Amino acid sequence: MKDVKVLGPGCKRCEATEAMVRDAAAKLGIDIKVEKVTHYAEIARFGIASTPGIVIDGKVVHAGGLPKEDALEKWLQA
Amino acid sequence: MTVEILSSRGDEPKHPSPWGWIAGLGTTLVLWGIAYSQLVPISERLVSLLPVDRSSHFGQALAFFFYDTPKVILLLTLIVFAMGVVRSYFSPEKTRAALAGKGEGLANVMAAGLGVLTPFCSCSAVPLFIGFVSAGIPLGVTFSFLIAAPMVNEVALGLLFGLVGWQVALTYLGFGLGVAIVAGWVIGRLRLEGWLQDWVKDIQTVGSVTIPDEQRTFVDRIKLGIEAVGDIVGRVWIWIIAGIAVGGLIHGYVPAELMVRVMGADAWWSVPAAVAMGIPMYTNAAGVIPIVEALLDKGAALGTTLAFMMSVIALSLPEMIILRKVLTMRLIAVFIGVVGTGILAVGFLFNMLFG
Repeated sequence: MKDVKVLGPGCKRCEATEAMVRDAAAKLGIDIKVEKVTHYAEIARFGIASTPGIVIDGKVVHAGGLPKEDALEKWLQA
Repeated sequence: MTVEILSSRGDEPKHPSPWGWIAGLGTTLVLWGIAYSQLVPISERLVSLLPVDRSSHFGQALAFFFYDTPKVILLLTLIVFAMGVVRSYFSPEKTRAALAGKGEGLANVMAAGLGVLTPFCSCSAVPLFIGFVSAGIPLGVTFSFLIAAPMVNEVALGLLFGLVGWQVALTYLGFGLGVAIVAGWVIGRLRLEGWLQDWVKDIQTVGSVTIPDEQRTFVDRIKLGIEAVGDIVGRVWIWIIAGIAVGGLIHGYVPAELMVRVMGADAWWSVPAAVAMGIPMYTNAAGVIPIVEALLDKGAALGTTLAFMMSVIALSLPEMIILRKVLTMRLIAVFIGVVGTGILAVGFLFNMLFG
């Protein structure tokens, strides 16, 4: 099971990103646990400077704007 | 490693051919050009269809409205698209890496410049602020970025260029960057790091992460440009129409001699008055430019008008509310004071030079 964190204060794009993560995981049949990180202090701890960010198994893979779908699938499969 | 996975392109799903996109882009640009060249005849046509006298106050206001609305929207779409493509080459993380470790002074200049080019939405202001400061970027440099980002925005610049003229647009760019550089530098000299909110000072980070580049294709960048148009034009069109309506009223109804008396170069008090008025006013850059055009056209002094515009755009209440989460009130007051003084100086200098 992959541990996915979506970092963002709760803007529209953060929610869209979360939906994209869930859709991609469902499409690939990958078992994931999604956690939304909305507190600024916690977001900052990951060292990104723009939101939404995506962290998979503790590793930051994306920050700022919506991810690309094909890239997202690769991160989840890695 | 993620980097390796991203760069192995063997099993990549097929990218659609870029030629369809390039042809589509070319066609759209040609159509844009045709539409832009037909603005005057179409707007005059529209006014003549209405039961109003073209030379009356109302007729003049209407003609301004019918001409300016499509013009502003056409210009805005083009500018936002181009900027969306340019910005796809930048990111806050790359900007942070470029600024880290540079000495103040040069870093202020770079931060102001990058503030214009880095994609930045106000919902990201707090993570960006913390991300910069916790990476060791001095507070003053971070402020140069945060002042330049809203003030010298592409919408304001492009619309000034299209509606008022390139001289004013360039001046605005120069002075906007100047205020951001100097104000950031001054804030840096004041050593106000202690005035951040406590939780910001206590943040432990893993350090700056560098996110592997997401290898965007040309088509991706075009798509990002289109996305920016949908996002920004979709958000600001209402402000634009409001701004043009006010501009139209000024065109039709405000007598030029009143404008010269109130906002002319001889009325020195008009600069501080314009700045003070602009701070609580919040409109989008796109909404304020048509007003600026109408004011200038009626004889308002350039310095006064630019000061008004900068104060409306750069010192906005919503941004302060967001920054309130990381800055203490004292620090926000200093921020308003320093930026406001810079804008005042620009206004006076301008009226003196070109008055």
